[in-house]
Amino acid sequence: MTDADKPGRAPDDDTLDDDLDDETQADEPEVQAADAEAKQIEEERRRGFGATFIGYVTTANTVMVTVYSFLLSMVIGGVLVIVSDPEVRGTFGYFFSRPTDALSASWEAVSGVYTGLFSGAILNFDTLDRYFADDATLAQVLAPLSETLTYSSALILAGLAVGLAFRAGLFNIGAQGQVIMGVVGAGVVGFALGLPLWLHLPLAILAGGVAGFLFGAVPGALKAWTGAHEVITSIMLNYVALYALGWILTSEFVRDPDKTHAISKEVADTATLPRLSEFELFTGLRVNLGILVAIAVAVGVWWLLSKSTLGYRMRAVGLNANASKTAGMSVSSTYITTMGLAGGLAGLAGAVTVLGIHPYALTHHVAGEIGFDGITVALLGRAKPGGIVAAGLLFGAMRAGASTMQSVIPLDMVTLLQALIVIFIAAPALVKAMLHLKVPTGGLATSTAKGW
Amino acid sequence: MANDHIDLTVEPGEIHALLGENGAGKSTLMNMLYGLLTPDGGEIAISYPERGEDEETIHRFETPGDALSAGLGMVHQHFMLVPVFTVAENVMLGREKTSGIGLLDRRRARTAVREVSEQYGLYVDPDALIEDIPVGVQQRVEIIKALISDCELLILDEPTAVLTPQEIDELLEIMRQLREDGKSIVFISHKLKEVKAIADRITVIRHGRVVGEATPEASESELASLMVGRDVRLTVEKDASQPGEPALTINDLTVADDRGFHAVDGLDLTVHAGEIVGVAGVQGNGQTELAEAIMALAPTLGGTIHIGGSELAHAGTSRIIEAGVGYIPEDRSFDGLVKEFSIEENLILNRYNKPPYASMGMLNAVEISRSAEEHIKTFDVRTPSAQTPAGSLSGGNQQKVIVAREFSRPLKLLVAAQPTRGVDVGAMEFIHSRIVAERDSGAGVLLISSELDEVLSLSDRVVVMYDGKIVAEVTPDTPRDQIGRLMAGATADATETDQPDGDQQEEATGD
Amino acid sequence: MTTVAVAETAESTALHGFWTRSRKAGVALAVLGIGVLLIGWFGVPMGAEAGVRFNLTFPDLAVALPAKQMVLGMGAVCAAVGVLLFATERKLFMLWVGIGITAMTLGLLLWSISGPGAVLQIDTVLKGTVLLALPLIFGSLSGVLCERSGVINVGIEGQFLAGAFTGALAATVTGNPFVGILAACIAGSLVTFVLAALAVRYMVDQVVLGVVLNLLVLGLTGFLFDRIMKENESATNLAQPFPAWKIPILSDIPGIGPALFNQNLFVYLAMVLVPLIYVMVFHSRWGLRTRAVGEHPAAADTVGIKVNSLRFRNVLIAGLVSGLGGAFLTIGQSLAFSENMTAGKGFIALAVLIVGRWNPIGALFGALLFGFTMQVEQFLASVPGGSPVPSDFLRMLPYLVTIVAVAGLIGRVRAPAADGKPYIKS
Repeated sequence: MTDADKPGRAPDDDTLDDDLDDETQADEPEVQAADAEAKQIEEERRRGFGATFIGYVTTANTVMVTVYSFLLSMVIGGVLVIVSDPEVRGTFGYFFSRPTDALSASWEAVSGVYTGLFSGAILNFDTLDRYFADDATLAQVLAPLSETLTYSSALILAGLAVGLAFRAGLFNIGAQGQVIMGVVGAGVVGFALGLPLWLHLPLAILAGGVAGFLFGAVPGALKAWTGAHEVITSIMLNYVALYALGWILTSEFVRDPDKTHAISKEVADTATLPRLSEFELFTGLRVNLGILVAIAVAVGVWWLLSKSTLGYRMRAVGLNANASKTAGMSVSSTYITTMGLAGGLAGLAGAVTVLGIHPYALTHHVAGEIGFDGITVALLGRAKPGGIVAAGLLFGAMRAGASTMQSVIPLDMVTLLQALIVIFIAAPALVKAMLHLKVPTGGLATSTAKGW
Repeated sequence: MANDHIDLTVEPGEIHALLGENGAGKSTLMNMLYGLLTPDGGEIAISYPERGEDEETIHRFETPGDALSAGLGMVHQHFMLVPVFTVAENVMLGREKTSGIGLLDRRRARTAVREVSEQYGLYVDPDALIEDIPVGVQQRVEIIKALISDCELLILDEPTAVLTPQEIDELLEIMRQLREDGKSIVFISHKLKEVKAIADRITVIRHGRVVGEATPEASESELASLMVGRDVRLTVEKDASQPGEPALTINDLTVADDRGFHAVDGLDLTVHAGEIVGVAGVQGNGQTELAEAIMALAPTLGGTIHIGGSELAHAGTSRIIEAGVGYIPEDRSFDGLVKEFSIEENLILNRYNKPPYASMGMLNAVEISRSAEEHIKTFDVRTPSAQTPAGSLSGGNQQKVIVAREFSRPLKLLVAAQPTRGVDVGAMEFIHSRIVAERDSGAGVLLISSELDEVLSLSDRVVVMYDGKIVAEVTPDTPRDQIGRLMAGATADATETDQPDGDQQEEATGD
Repeated sequence: MTTVAVAETAESTALHGFWTRSRKAGVALAVLGIGVLLIGWFGVPMGAEAGVRFNLTFPDLAVALPAKQMVLGMGAVCAAVGVLLFATERKLFMLWVGIGITAMTLGLLLWSISGPGAVLQIDTVLKGTVLLALPLIFGSLSGVLCERSGVINVGIEGQFLAGAFTGALAATVTGNPFVGILAACIAGSLVTFVLAALAVRYMVDQVVLGVVLNLLVLGLTGFLFDRIMKENESATNLAQPFPAWKIPILSDIPGIGPALFNQNLFVYLAMVLVPLIYVMVFHSRWGLRTRAVGEHPAAADTVGIKVNSLRFRNVLIAGLVSGLGGAFLTIGQSLAFSENMTAGKGFIALAVLIVGRWNPIGALFGALLFGFTMQVEQFLASVPGGSPVPSDFLRMLPYLVTIVAVAGLIGRVRAPAADGKPYIKS
């Protein structure tokens, strides 16, 4: 508590009042927030653990909003499953004569989907039973986890690509194009060179990063030099990258002459990411070094953002570009560097995909939707490296679950759930209103709205 | 609480002044009256004797629309005009008349604007774009807007803040005419002389309460003590300056503003080491652009800026900062601080990549914390901790963070733009004493302030800026009315002979 | 977008130093023009003929133009405009740039048809241009309605997709395409309802929100397509013919006749909507208020305009229009719905909106320019003997044009001042 914060804080802040009316009014609650916070801590000390816990879960704080967003999305997803299933819909036709039919059919449909997701992503209890009955190998039990980690590695890297840009106030919607360029860079180095593993693999990964860096820097440069909004330019560059990939696949240097469909030559063994299945015990598992690369890079990004001068500059520019400029920072070069680095991260996502996952070659669809998923990963992870790793693992698990269980869950369900979760995350006020939660001290954490 | 049980009665055909310091709660009160803010309690009663309605009606305005239909009009301190619309479009907004097929009847709007402007002598071109006309004319548009909707009570919120003395005279004349027409006016101001010159009755508020009523006959000191509640006389303890080598030399500088107009136009100025040069002037005469040009934040069109003998404009802002130039920007929340950053982080904003705060691209967290603690102590920043976000501090303490950042390294030149805007008296005195201390340690100081008091009490030399040029150089003990006229564009020679209504001019320049 | 109003006078030289907008554009056009000249000189054999035909209106009339001379001529025009813009500041800057670009495009087009047997079917190309421009027109009109009132609509893509899906479903189930169109509009509006609710009421960042809404609709339509449509195509997702209405006499005008007056309902709707929205935005009470709310919401509030409810309403109406664009993609083109069939058209519509400077008429021309680029790409890909440029590069063309248009030659554009900023009453 400072003198100036006391209720009668005289002309102090207020001389500004008439000039900058709204500013002071915005300031006011913040000043009082510190006060209120102290009170709440005091209060919490007096209450027991149970009450504190209930207080916590009924408050719209960051953690609980995330949890509730997830749950709400699952509920909406469940409703959609019921509505879109003709058999279940049929049972609702005679709901009033035999409601139990409708309810049990709904329950079966929904629980089928979600247990399917779980057993495809984390642990299949059937397999576990069979394992104990000596009917399945350990690898089969671990297969779902292996899939989750395989999908997660690229998602984490793509999420970092979008998240890093967010921190500098940029929306890198072009991660998809950068991933494609990363795939191309890593793939070409992967099959065109013949080098020993220790050199070839890092070189291929690096090539992916560099290709992504160069492609990512373009929208940054366009923004810095011409003022063109990075959202528009980077969306357009996504398509440019897609068609560039198409063209590259037609070139004789790249194309596999033995195949009829458009696929490149296969990446040399010396450039593929080592797999766990190289140990006999784990035969058949796809998980590879990529996940370690992703986590290492996440640590690197954390270091960059919180410990380095470059990260400091990125954050300053992202929060207040005018103050940064006044303090002598170059906003333009920050935009270009950030977008380049973001592109590089997306390029790494491409590299771990092409170097880590069968068929180890370029195809039209090799990049999937990794870049777009990166947007949701970054938003769920709140643009923080730790959060992004967690979000990448979650969405990777959902992807893995849906891919293994395609018979029960359409893959698009995952896209849908991702989008729903992120919408709820972005609108904590909505979650608060829907569930009648309390406002946490310091207010709701909202993303700041900006114009073009 | 900005307003606490305020009672206010305005009679028909009266100019009622609401006098109070900045932040006393005047604007809040009027915004409630106008339906922009919803009061927590109380009521608004309005009657129209001249319309034959003696009966008072009780109102509680939820929206400005309610206030408008009850006959209230308001001229906001920040004009509520759409810059890309024409005058006529702005005036008709909200009460558009349409022609047969439902399209806007622009001709009728133009005619209406002309009629009102002729009736009250408020001359404007109905087809001019708002963004192209001067502030004084924009204000007339605001008044026309209010009059055209048959308002009986007109609220003018600090209307003179952005006007030149001549424009203020014109405004006061318009107000008198409106009064003769039977309109009631609430005139919100913190400038004693204007209030005394025009008001029929005066209500003084402080800290959201009515602290007294007065008539225009009351003496200025009486009103002032009511307004501020104590005797404040701005004095700064300082010795005579000892100017040295030029720290800043500006020759024939021209700077364009966002719209391509020459905001600074052929300006010459020299600041020596060890002296404080104050720039007096009405806001918007190029002061902002001048400061930005010195810091290489605004591109110059012509002329040279030498800092300590070398031209650095092309080297960029960071080189200028490194050369020992300190800068207090005029709007701390716009470009002074990163509000979400901690105090610690804000203190290194312009040296984040220099030793001792960083080496080889890595921040030195230990050193950053250590020096932050030190600066917080030295500069008396009142905060729970160095990790507190700067945005949660009070205005005065935010400003101290900036001062601490700029003054904690050896300076050759200090550019201080509105260094004490929106800070409490304690912080103001502290900042002033630090500025004087910088001067005494040999830095040249360029002080840009729209508070004439601050310029006069702090400066060793005063230059007057008008329309992008330095029009005169005077000593700090020059009479205020003379400086006031210079600020309004009168040439130095003319001031001796031409002295109309000096009272208002003097105060007009204060904001 | 960064707001920089450029004074288009001699002062702009002073403001921007040597490289004014005119000089930059001049150099670009001169280089492009010289490129066309070089192509004409080395790439086109003397005596080659470029065949041109009004294939639908006057199929018997065929003109063979001397290809080499024409290409060289067009290149010269483009280069000359470039030199002119470099040397002097022109008042009608955009017009001159337009002339230069048109000359360059025509030059390239003539080059591509200079081979034996290739004939430029003018009627078909123009008709195709209109059809390709159509969704962009609807999308950017939707954007005009949203952004003029201060809400950014990045979700056009999602509204298209929702409209296309719902339209196909409703039209197939009821057997009536008009019911389908109506349903598509409502679906588009439902998407913008979410946008409006979250952006206006809950103040979510509108760019992020738009992108996520696109993903949501992509997931939702994909999910429902999978669960409902895939197994029962004939009952839920059938391509139905949608009749063209031929307007007598007008449809016989060579060139534009078949393109404008022998089309289906959607083209006529666009022809009505563009001027209608233009007049409404700039000359009606609603339009004045909408623009006020998009530029300076506080000012609108003080004269009694309910800012947020006006925004809400406009965003809902915008959804109707973009839903219509979605309906065109399935019903209007007589196609069945397929997953992610919009393929970025919504984003191009957004770019068209910016290039067209938030003005319905500008958006119309922007959309036609993009439609033409895409049509030329399709045409060149179908030229006998193959086009001189790889088809993948041709496919990049519309996207590259967008980047160039947004980033450069056109100069910086000014969005409505309060675009994307939620209005919070203090």
